[in-house]
Amino acid sequence: MASYSTNEFRGGLKIMLDGDPYTIVENEFVKPGKGQAFNRVRVRNLRTGRVVEKTFKSGESVEAADVVETPMQYLYNDGEHWHFMDPASYEQLTADTAAVGEAAKWIKEQDVCNLTLWNGVPLIVEPPNFVVLAIVETDPGVKGDTSGGGGKPATLETGAVVRVPLFVQIGESIKVDTRTGAYVSRAKEE
Amino acid sequence: MSHEPRRSDEPAWRPVAALPVLRERGTMLARIRSFFARVGVLEVETPVLSPAAVTDPALWSLATTWHGPGVATPVYLHTSPEFAMKRLLAAGSGPIYQLARVFRDGERGRLHHPEFTLLEWYRPGWDYRRLMDEVVELLRAALGRPALTAERLTYRDLFRERLGIDPWTDDERSFATVAAAAGIGGPALSNLSRDGWLDLLLSHLLEPGLGRGCLTFVHDYPPTQAALARCRQVPEPVAERFEVYLEGLELANGFQELTDAAEQLARFEHDLACRRRAGQEPGVPPIDTRFIAALEAGLPDCSGVALGIDRLLMCHLGVSHIDEVLAFPIERA
Repeated sequence: MASYSTNEFRGGLKIMLDGDPYTIVENEFVKPGKGQAFNRVRVRNLRTGRVVEKTFKSGESVEAADVVETPMQYLYNDGEHWHFMDPASYEQLTADTAAVGEAAKWIKEQDVCNLTLWNGVPLIVEPPNFVVLAIVETDPGVKGDTSGGGGKPATLETGAVVRVPLFVQIGESIKVDTRTGAYVSRAKEE
Repeated sequence: MSHEPRRSDEPAWRPVAALPVLRERGTMLARIRSFFARVGVLEVETPVLSPAAVTDPALWSLATTWHGPGVATPVYLHTSPEFAMKRLLAAGSGPIYQLARVFRDGERGRLHHPEFTLLEWYRPGWDYRRLMDEVVELLRAALGRPALTAERLTYRDLFRERLGIDPWTDDERSFATVAAAAGIGGPALSNLSRDGWLDLLLSHLLEPGLGRGCLTFVHDYPPTQAALARCRQVPEPVAERFEVYLEGLELANGFQELTDAAEQLARFEHDLACRRRAGQEPGVPPIDTRFIAALEAGLPDCSGVALGIDRLLMCHLGVSHIDEVLAFPIERA
């Protein structure tokens, strides 16, 4: 089984702790001039997202987590699972609702997402930073208002609700920043 | 003084420390040399390379090979100039200091760099308490802060007053309770030695609060942490050792130097036994027998201290990462 020495600790390294995969957020080497050295690390649990602090004796080894990040195309949802495909190998994987999480609000078929796999199983699904989605419901805006001030809620085809300018109408597609949930612009191509 | 932030798009040949920081370093070194000239301490230079090395299980020496006439022999880069300087003291040098570049493998972080500048000085005939006073004088001169004040507290009082535990009499369970209450968790806690526990509590909970607004001297350590300090037995067994802190940074370590050759050799052998038990067999370095011979010939009663110049410069400039005071950190060396 692969392992890392504390000497290899750095931000982004994936390790196993108490049966869960973690990523190292920050690593601090702590050592009194005479005496035991420690690595004091902040780690994020990749299953729960919780960040905790742990202390290791320097020189000790810790089991490596088999975690890889890979782009995969979202195919469809069968009502229970979310199906993704590796665009290079055409290999397919299914992710559960816990892994998809908030991404469910944003993704639609064909979108390429960033998947974090643990032992080959999707752990985290990240939507593209920007998605283009059609508006299925919103109040009719005031004609001629192009200022964008104020705004109104709009429900998108995936179910997400975002604030849009008054001039944007049902049936139009808009570009949204999934990291903030904010409207970016009208999508002209669709 | 302004410090330019490090830019990742900067060409790698450029120094990391800003030029004004390097000028401060030069000024500080000049002030230190001028201080020792004034008080009559001689500057010396001793070898970086030696066929022997430090035995302390917590220190790792870098090693290389020396190819000389008819020899190809392993040599170690010193982790401090202590052994060689004590040989000079035994030879009758009188008070001496050195601004040495020293090397410690495996040490890298915000406060650690594998090579750094150590100011080490020795005062024959001086008690370690008197040397603590001179450390204050030296730091005032080096920092240009004549009004800098200092406080002293014993290692035992530090733990008793700030953590409510007694490092001499309480057991590991009490240490574990304190660590857990402070939220320190992780695999380190399962198999720590008694001194390992104390190091954990000191480094995680106590050090950040030391030296705030003034120098803090922590002195009189547990005898198990004596290193090369003399121990006394009354009224309680303590190692006559001190550490100096400023703004949460450990700056210096000093000893009432151990002059007993047999005791010193026993400590070295104990260190090496610890290393072998820890499975470090191929890396166990040879004992410095010439240093032991110097102690047998007679090291005068003396006190000595080693002070990290890079960290002192960090304190002086108020920066948080050692790279900010180094021209070329190892990754850019």
